[in-house]
Amino acid sequence: MTRVIPITPVAAPPETSTVWLYEKSAKLYPRAVSGRFAFWRWALVLATQLVFYGLPWLQWNGRQAVLFDLAARRFYVGPLVLYPQDFIYLTGVLLLSAFGLFLFTAVAGRLWCGYACPQTVYTEIFMAIERWFEGDRVRRQKLDGAPWSFDKLWRKGGKHVVWVALALWTGFTFVGYFTPIQQLWAESFTLDFGPWEWFWVLFYGFATWGNAGFMREQVCKYMCPYARFQSAMFDRDTLIIGYDVARGEPRGSRARNVDARLVGKGDCIDCTLCVQVCPTGIDIRDGLQYECIGCTACIDACDGVMDKMGSPRGLIRYATQNSISGGWSKAHDGAPLGLRTVPPSGTEPGFGRPGAGLTWRHVARPRVLIYCAILLLIAFGFALSLVLRTPFKVDVVRDRGALARLVGEGFVENSYRLQVMNATEAVQRYRVSVEGLAGAALASGNEVEVGAAQARWMPVALRLAPEAAAAAGAGVHKVRFTITMVSSGATLVEKSTFVIPR
Amino acid sequence: MSDFVSSGWSIFVAAATLLSLVACLALLFIAARRKVVIRPDGKPDETTGHTWDVDLTELNNPLPRWWMWLFVITVVFSFVYLWLYPGLGSAAGSLGWTSLNQHDGERAKAAKTAAPLYARLAALSPEQLAADAQAMGVGERLFVNNCATCHGSDARGSKGFPNLTDDDWLWGGTPEAIAQSIANGRQGVMPPLAAAVGTAADVRNLANHVLSLSGSAHDNIAAQLGRDKFAACAACHGPKGEGNIALGAPNLRDKVWLHGWGEQAVVSMITNGKKNEMPAHAGRLSAPQIQVLAAYVWQLSRSATKAPQ
Repeated sequence: MTRVIPITPVAAPPETSTVWLYEKSAKLYPRAVSGRFAFWRWALVLATQLVFYGLPWLQWNGRQAVLFDLAARRFYVGPLVLYPQDFIYLTGVLLLSAFGLFLFTAVAGRLWCGYACPQTVYTEIFMAIERWFEGDRVRRQKLDGAPWSFDKLWRKGGKHVVWVALALWTGFTFVGYFTPIQQLWAESFTLDFGPWEWFWVLFYGFATWGNAGFMREQVCKYMCPYARFQSAMFDRDTLIIGYDVARGEPRGSRARNVDARLVGKGDCIDCTLCVQVCPTGIDIRDGLQYECIGCTACIDACDGVMDKMGSPRGLIRYATQNSISGGWSKAHDGAPLGLRTVPPSGTEPGFGRPGAGLTWRHVARPRVLIYCAILLLIAFGFALSLVLRTPFKVDVVRDRGALARLVGEGFVENSYRLQVMNATEAVQRYRVSVEGLAGAALASGNEVEVGAAQARWMPVALRLAPEAAAAAGAGVHKVRFTITMVSSGATLVEKSTFVIPR
Repeated sequence: MSDFVSSGWSIFVAAATLLSLVACLALLFIAARRKVVIRPDGKPDETTGHTWDVDLTELNNPLPRWWMWLFVITVVFSFVYLWLYPGLGSAAGSLGWTSLNQHDGERAKAAKTAAPLYARLAALSPEQLAADAQAMGVGERLFVNNCATCHGSDARGSKGFPNLTDDDWLWGGTPEAIAQSIANGRQGVMPPLAAAVGTAADVRNLANHVLSLSGSAHDNIAAQLGRDKFAACAACHGPKGEGNIALGAPNLRDKVWLHGWGEQAVVSMITNGKKNEMPAHAGRLSAPQIQVLAAYVWQLSRSATKAPQ
């Protein structure tokens, strides 16, 4: 008996290849751009950097106006002298910043990223320097491809000399917020910095040079957490940089001043200038992408092209998802920025009448109003606490060695240490009094003098006569220390306890 | 690693550490590449091959290459760190760093910083130190850090811990005597003397006599009866109970009662005695520090508000 073993054909293994999950990122050569938004971007660059580089040089009553003295733990901001205990103000500033960011992002998208973020600002400055030495996009690409020559050497070298100088100045300025900058400036002539000053000048300088010179869009794409979590603040009424698909497509080249519709095309002539100017290397015509930092370079580029083509501006513009998908277009009624437009077809309530679409109804939506309300509340609380602030602080610390002591014949004493923190810039006297427990009186001196912006521990003993102690009974009793700043009469009340032993 | 007696554990830990580092690197490079199917159109399949919920695929969204090098740098950093610092089992590391010698180094550095200050202060007399604001600031901080636990931050003491702000001194209140107390400490001994005194009634009578010396509340008759028994005390406390600073014997004629007042407390003291110790600080504080601290304490007793009499 024979058995036939069936032969089944085996499918050939599929062809494979190996791919890397890490890729070499292509260097971008953003083209220079000018226009109305570029003007505002540069205005913001100037404004933010004027503040950053200039602030440490301002003086206030003979000291640096803004100085965070970490070693002495005193933080000088204009007229204020803050202690680490004033941390709540930092919390307030951070809350204001956070809700400000939420609000601006919900309304107008990545304004921070596009105009004010240091990464954008320094990249902008560094690219301008690069352009000055190496030329614009095409020349830079050519230069990078060319073999080393004297021309390439001095252009690259010169660029780096200026970059490094600016980066070091940035690091120096940064350190100038934490150590008096004028003193630091004097030290810089002899390179007489302390080890930490050296570290931070060089480290911050290195980070500026690396981030603005090389990392650029990579920081936004791969490092920045805000770039990723802000999509949670976007909705369909948030301003984004939008490409008007309905108007632009089908894209294609055409002669100048030819009506695109007549040749069966959209307004986009596919010149790719919007891609060339993009600092993150995306094509805005693909729609909203997480890489878009809202810098508006593509708007300026496209507006220039549209002007030349004799078409209306705004093919790429500040728009919203609703306005793009609803087909609300500036081309339809000429309203600025796509605001107050009449959509062609009614997909939303209110369409078909003037003023519908991107109106206040879309801006003043619940999340925006809630952000505004919270922001106002925090701002009000912040301002109020600054106005009501007493210019000193007191901590009462009970002595740990003994809860209570008996002195003389039956007198009960409790001892405390009062830390009096002078937040004025003059020597101050403080007077201590106590209430809350009948018969309790200070057994030690009741005045203390504290130097300007200094803190001082003041030992204080409270004494109770035997009869008063018997009347109050053994146990823990509440007392209140009232501390008065003699010169202004400002007072603080601090609670503590008085122990009467059994 | 001193908890383990065998060097085997040290070798085990070192091997596990090194192996983990190498494994991290290997994993990085193995996982960085992926075999993908070439699609019919000749291009490689751009998905990672992971599929969820039937048709949800994960696209290959490559991270930049420099990101991978960051991982490599952390591994290189680990090797450098393990070379320099202790970390591989019980190996000490080439820098020989320990937390103890770091602490000692920082102490030495602080001492060096403070040396000019103490050099200036050491040349001053107690009177000059007491008048020197900086010296008194240093003294205050030294006091708070070293003395306040027992004597209180206001130096007014507590039961068993002398008040340093009054004029009553067990061992003498001159700056020199105070410095001596701080540097070498003091051993105060009150021996139990009930046997030498006599019966419990005798002790009670003696206690009343002692109370009468300072004018404290006492039983007059008992005090008269106890007068003769004071001979047992006179050796140390002096014939009139005026005390003796050479022995640390307290003055019984004032109303400072370090260990409690009243008949009961005095009876207990005579019956049971007491040992009280001020610890020596010469090992903790430098000579100039003790000098400044002594001047601070001396100055307290001259200026502070007196305890109620």
